[in-house]
Amino acid sequence: MAFNQKHLLGIQSLSASEIITILDTAESLAEISLREVKKVPILRGKTIINLFYEPSTRTRSSFELAAKRLSADISNFRKESSSVVKGETLKDTILNLEAMNTDAIIIRHAFAGSPYFISTFCSSHIINAGDGAHEHPTQALLDAFTIKQRKKKISSLKIVIAGDILHSRVARSNVLLLKKLGAEVVLVGPPPLLPPYFSTLGAKIDYNLDRAVKGADVIMMLRIQLERQDKSFFPSLREYRNLYSLTRERFQNAKKDAIIMHPGPINRDVEISTDLADSTESVILQQVENGVAVRMAVLYLLLGGKEHEIAD
Amino acid sequence: MEEKIKAKIMDSGKIKRAFNRITNEITERNRDLNNLVIIGIRTRGVFIAKRISQLIEKFEGIKVPVGVLDITLYRDDFSERKEKHIVKQTKIDFSITDKDVLLVDDVLFTGRTIRAAMDSIIDLGRPKTIQLLVFIDRGHRELPIKPDYIGKSLPTSRREKVRVKLKDIDKEDEVIIVEPAGMK
Amino acid sequence: MKLLIKNGRVIDPASQTDKTLDILIEKNKIVDIKTKISVPSAKIIDAAELVVAPGFIDMHVHLREPGQEHKETIRTGSAAAARGGFTSIACMPNTFPVIDNSGTIKYILSEAKKAGMVNIFPIAAITKGQKGKELSEMAELIDSGAVAFSDDGNPVSNSQVMRSALEYVKQFDGLIISHCENTDLSENGVMNEGPYSCQLGLNGIPASAEEVMVARDIILAEKSGARIHLAHLSTKGSIELLTAAKAKKLKVTAEVTPHHLILDDSSLVNYDTNLKVNPPLRDKKDISSLIKAVKSGLIDVIATDHAPHSLDEKAVEFDIAPFGINGLETAVSLLLDRLINNNTISLQRLIEMCSTNPAKILKLKNKGKICPGADADLTLLDLNKKIQVDVNKFRSKSKNSPFHDWKLKGAPAITIVGGKVIYANRSI
Repeated sequence: MAFNQKHLLGIQSLSASEIITILDTAESLAEISLREVKKVPILRGKTIINLFYEPSTRTRSSFELAAKRLSADISNFRKESSSVVKGETLKDTILNLEAMNTDAIIIRHAFAGSPYFISTFCSSHIINAGDGAHEHPTQALLDAFTIKQRKKKISSLKIVIAGDILHSRVARSNVLLLKKLGAEVVLVGPPPLLPPYFSTLGAKIDYNLDRAVKGADVIMMLRIQLERQDKSFFPSLREYRNLYSLTRERFQNAKKDAIIMHPGPINRDVEISTDLADSTESVILQQVENGVAVRMAVLYLLLGGKEHEIAD
Repeated sequence: MEEKIKAKIMDSGKIKRAFNRITNEITERNRDLNNLVIIGIRTRGVFIAKRISQLIEKFEGIKVPVGVLDITLYRDDFSERKEKHIVKQTKIDFSITDKDVLLVDDVLFTGRTIRAAMDSIIDLGRPKTIQLLVFIDRGHRELPIKPDYIGKSLPTSRREKVRVKLKDIDKEDEVIIVEPAGMK
Repeated sequence: MKLLIKNGRVIDPASQTDKTLDILIEKNKIVDIKTKISVPSAKIIDAAELVVAPGFIDMHVHLREPGQEHKETIRTGSAAAARGGFTSIACMPNTFPVIDNSGTIKYILSEAKKAGMVNIFPIAAITKGQKGKELSEMAELIDSGAVAFSDDGNPVSNSQVMRSALEYVKQFDGLIISHCENTDLSENGVMNEGPYSCQLGLNGIPASAEEVMVARDIILAEKSGARIHLAHLSTKGSIELLTAAKAKKLKVTAEVTPHHLILDDSSLVNYDTNLKVNPPLRDKKDISSLIKAVKSGLIDVIATDHAPHSLDEKAVEFDIAPFGINGLETAVSLLLDRLINNNTISLQRLIEMCSTNPAKILKLKNKGKICPGADADLTLLDLNKKIQVDVNKFRSKSKNSPFHDWKLKGAPAITIVGGKVIYANRSI
């Protein structure tokens, strides 16, 4: 089986077969969350730190539940309640946490490369839960898991990702992953939020959502940060909505069985119309549900026991 | 690691007779076959479980459901092999509460797999009883576990391995003893 | 006390000299240069196998004193310069307090004298506190010893202020050194904008952030007739603008750093903060454009932008690490290895950029040349010496170099300032 990573820092460092291993493992583990006793003992005695330097409900809880369902002990640290506010450096914070014999550190940080940085001096397994505009690997994995669940495959699907691409770690991780598994990815957004060099990630670039949606199997809408308007990345929310919001009318140009995704949190009626967000084509809540299984898979593969000589 | 075959212990005829005998033992002991469920431990326990279920149906006309158990997440016997164990799905589509559960594995050795399987089953519900069927009991127990049904007891040395091959996934039915190549 | 340097290959671009000569130094001046000089009382340095060049001048150095002595002091910076083959350095004004008053200049000059190694020439701030608003008292600063004016890392964004500064210094033929950066375009940027910033998720600094200011400063220099020196140019577009300005014979000079000639943004893939510099490392086409400009003579000066930072300051997330790398002790070896060994440029051309031209631009009268009467500042180079860069051997207080462990051929051998040997990598 192909999985020999110490850390999960990004999709970029994973091979296609490692990605498939994670997805397959997640599929096996999904059943646990449906049991009455939602717990297996595999990570009993492992200590995991959930270190979130940015606010997050979904991702933090998802990791926490994933760890608990595998019987690991998990501790949440938040920026507001830690020594960070007293001016401690990230390196010192990590070294202090590690001194308590942690097995893994899950980190969400506003600065790109922070998980890589701490992996250079840290002996725990590091899991990137989102670093700046760099990567959000578990989001891309759960998105792929959800696509596979609905479409039975990923290769050769046409997948449109639309919104604020420039500042989106979700977009980057998804492009990298979906390309590794053979999909066609089209990025859409206002030109200042979608510089041409994004094509170097392997995606196509289009500035017209109507055109891009044609024949799409999957449409993934990204949250538009309302404050981007102040920075003149686009003229107004009104115009943004007119050009880049996914509406029923636009969605009709996609394939008949196309699905709609969104990493959340949603701005209803900004990047996606509220009826579409709640429609049967929307898999937004399945994404959240699948997040737990995918994160369980990641934790198991990084921290779980090694294969034994089969005890006949 | 390279392995070489040391001895062939059972051929397809012997295996067939063992299956028939075990099935008879099961039906004798379990008066209420409608309350019986069979759970096979991945990988070969599942195929043995299915054959037992088929034989019960053939002999008694009762369909006994078969579930699949992956015990990877309950293991305690990790050693230092590089690769991780692949987790496969546990698939038990019926309730086990108050059922007579027949747990099935191919080879019984240290007993740790069975310990893990019983922990796993108890997390899934509260069975009335758990019975254990193994096709080969090769000794060397490390835990107080004793099978209820045995295809064959086979004394082995620790470094030998027993392979139960089944025509459902292997080429043919046979039981062999192998040992690492290059050794005596 | 007489010093006789014998049998060196003397290269002096100012006099177009390149031959084996002896140089006699008396006190702090060069007194004689001939094929064979014999002075029994003189101390002799055998320079056979060495190149003897006019002392190298690094016109872009951050010394950190006063104010940030944990990064570098005037003494450690002087020692680093000496080891790196430099005899003179010009230091930037972003100290605490800023070099915008004669008191700070006097302090620096007196500490430089106490350190007693290389010549240190302060560059004063264009505006008070480098805040980009009010001009500093430029006449007094020149009188106190300032050789040029720059707000370096805090570029003057107000064009009217820049225009005034140029017009004002013109009356004493002063020099403005411009760090060309439009901070609206570079805002929050930490590396070159392009495929690699996209891949790494880091905020990019577009080439345009530099180029719009290069264009502005060239235009303002033209209108005012003042001299302007463009610091550490890094992009192809800047080179194109410079080409046009020089074609018009404007009083524009320009420098590049060794790191911008050697490293590109693909090297950042591991978020190494020792590669975080401003302007950022650009891409391969920018590098080839810079190299071309170095070859053609368009670039006047190579300067290091030596920017020491402590290990702790760099051992942080890439976004919050300070810009800048250690340059003094690696520059000469890098240049010899990457420009001379592969015959990209001649030694004469290199020495012109490292000594002759900076002396002219900073108007250091008796420096940058080898002739009787010139200051006895000499840089002796060993072209065959193989070295491996080891930051732990740096005399600089800081070790923030991306070149650690690099194997290079060619190194400074002996550094002589005012007739005194201040560094030698061999016994003499």
